[in-house]
Amino acid sequence: MHDVSLELQAGKILTVIGPNGAGKSTLIRVLLGLQKPDSGEVWLKSSLRIGYVPQKIAINKLMPLTVERFVALAKYQNNDDIAKSLAETGITHLNQQAIQSLSGGEFQRVLLARALLQKPQLLILDEPAQGVDVIGQAELYEKISALKDKHGFGVLMISHDLHLVMQNTDQVLCLNQHICCSGQPDDVSSHPEYLRLFGDLPAEGLAVYTHQHDHCHDLQGNVVTGSCRHPEHSNNHNETNEHG
Amino acid sequence: MDDFILRALLAGLALVLIAGPLGVFILWRRMAYFGDALSHSAILGVALGFLLSININLGILITSISMAVLLILSQRKKQLGSDTMLGILSHSALSLGLIVMSFVEGRVDLNALLFGDILSVSWQDLWIIAVGVILVLGVLAFIWKPLLSLTVHEELARVEGVNVALVSALYTLLIAILVAISMKIIGALLVTSLLVIPAATARQFSSTPERMALLSVVVGVIAVMLGLWASYLWDTPAGPSIVVASSSLFLISQLVRIS
Repeated sequence: MHDVSLELQAGKILTVIGPNGAGKSTLIRVLLGLQKPDSGEVWLKSSLRIGYVPQKIAINKLMPLTVERFVALAKYQNNDDIAKSLAETGITHLNQQAIQSLSGGEFQRVLLARALLQKPQLLILDEPAQGVDVIGQAELYEKISALKDKHGFGVLMISHDLHLVMQNTDQVLCLNQHICCSGQPDDVSSHPEYLRLFGDLPAEGLAVYTHQHDHCHDLQGNVVTGSCRHPEHSNNHNETNEHG
Repeated sequence: MDDFILRALLAGLALVLIAGPLGVFILWRRMAYFGDALSHSAILGVALGFLLSININLGILITSISMAVLLILSQRKKQLGSDTMLGILSHSALSLGLIVMSFVEGRVDLNALLFGDILSVSWQDLWIIAVGVILVLGVLAFIWKPLLSLTVHEELARVEGVNVALVSALYTLLIAILVAISMKIIGALLVTSLLVIPAATARQFSSTPERMALLSVVVGVIAVMLGLWASYLWDTPAGPSIVVASSSLFLISQLVRIS
């Protein structure tokens, strides 16, 4: 990787996209201080608090660990903050569950909750949507965006899912060993470098099945009628489990 | 009760008191072979202790720590799998130890080194064991939370400000101390069993990491008492009897789970 420089702003989302082996993960590992760059420097404000959501991780089943306890492993925490953080990410109901029993989407929210405990000024996420189904992905990105608006932190995110990401991001950086292009989502998706890397393939190869349900499922799997935008805020639970 | 049985009991109980909480981390971090390698290298430590006429516990600590440093360095290179490196270093250290030991033969009972001789523990040994146990428990309590955090996810812990290198090194040092303490009690070849088996037995009855550590101690205590009782009753070797008692408890726990 070479000639990479980037600027992050509070309250904005920067998404890094690029093919496998492009150096996306290396970039954030260097930023986080987990890996030393061969040359070049990283300047971070010394007081900068970073929240980190790593790639999907497997936790040894031999360790008995509840969700609440996992989140409490964060270095700076107290019980009030933990409860608040679990509530903000919509996983309060999972707090006594074994961490190994969660689905991909639930686990990402747990990681998000733990990152929030750092009271981050910058949130760094490495492929947060990996192992999450499509509906869960859209919800997760919306959640991240909403939390960013509420707390005002900057977000640096790595992603594969080009189209879902484009909706919720302020700036896109297309990386393949160097920065191919960067800018507003609309500019990037029409940039020749972007098209050379990703082509029209996602749009042509995938048919988007646009359809409408008259209900949604919240995190607990309950059917929710009405607006699907923020299922965790809805108190309108329909117990009949009937599908439209 | 005979005096030597009392001393053996106290030594065994002291050992499982630290083997429980250290052992659960061996399971969680998948380090069983690492523990084996450290304890095998202890034979070399004993041999060097005799040869250079230094304190044997000190000799064991020196070789265990050197072994740990070698293993950590070799894992950083990542050219061979870490299980391969463990296999090479562990058995080389054991063999080297046995060879060096042959030069001091006549003065040491090899059987006792490999499988322990808990019935010969003296009051002076017990004092050394007590100091070691207090040291291990104190340091472990101090690093408990960061150690737990880096065990669950090392990079996350590091980003959150845990000094991963220091905490890992301290944990390894505690294992080395445990190995030194346990040589006389259970022997170089059986040490790891007291780290692994009680912890594995405790797993299914535990809902938190702390509970699992505590239950491992309880399982260890029962195993030591059963093992020594069997040894007294049927004149079986004490160390192996304790290990067989703990594996029996493990077996029972698995049957309880199935039924």
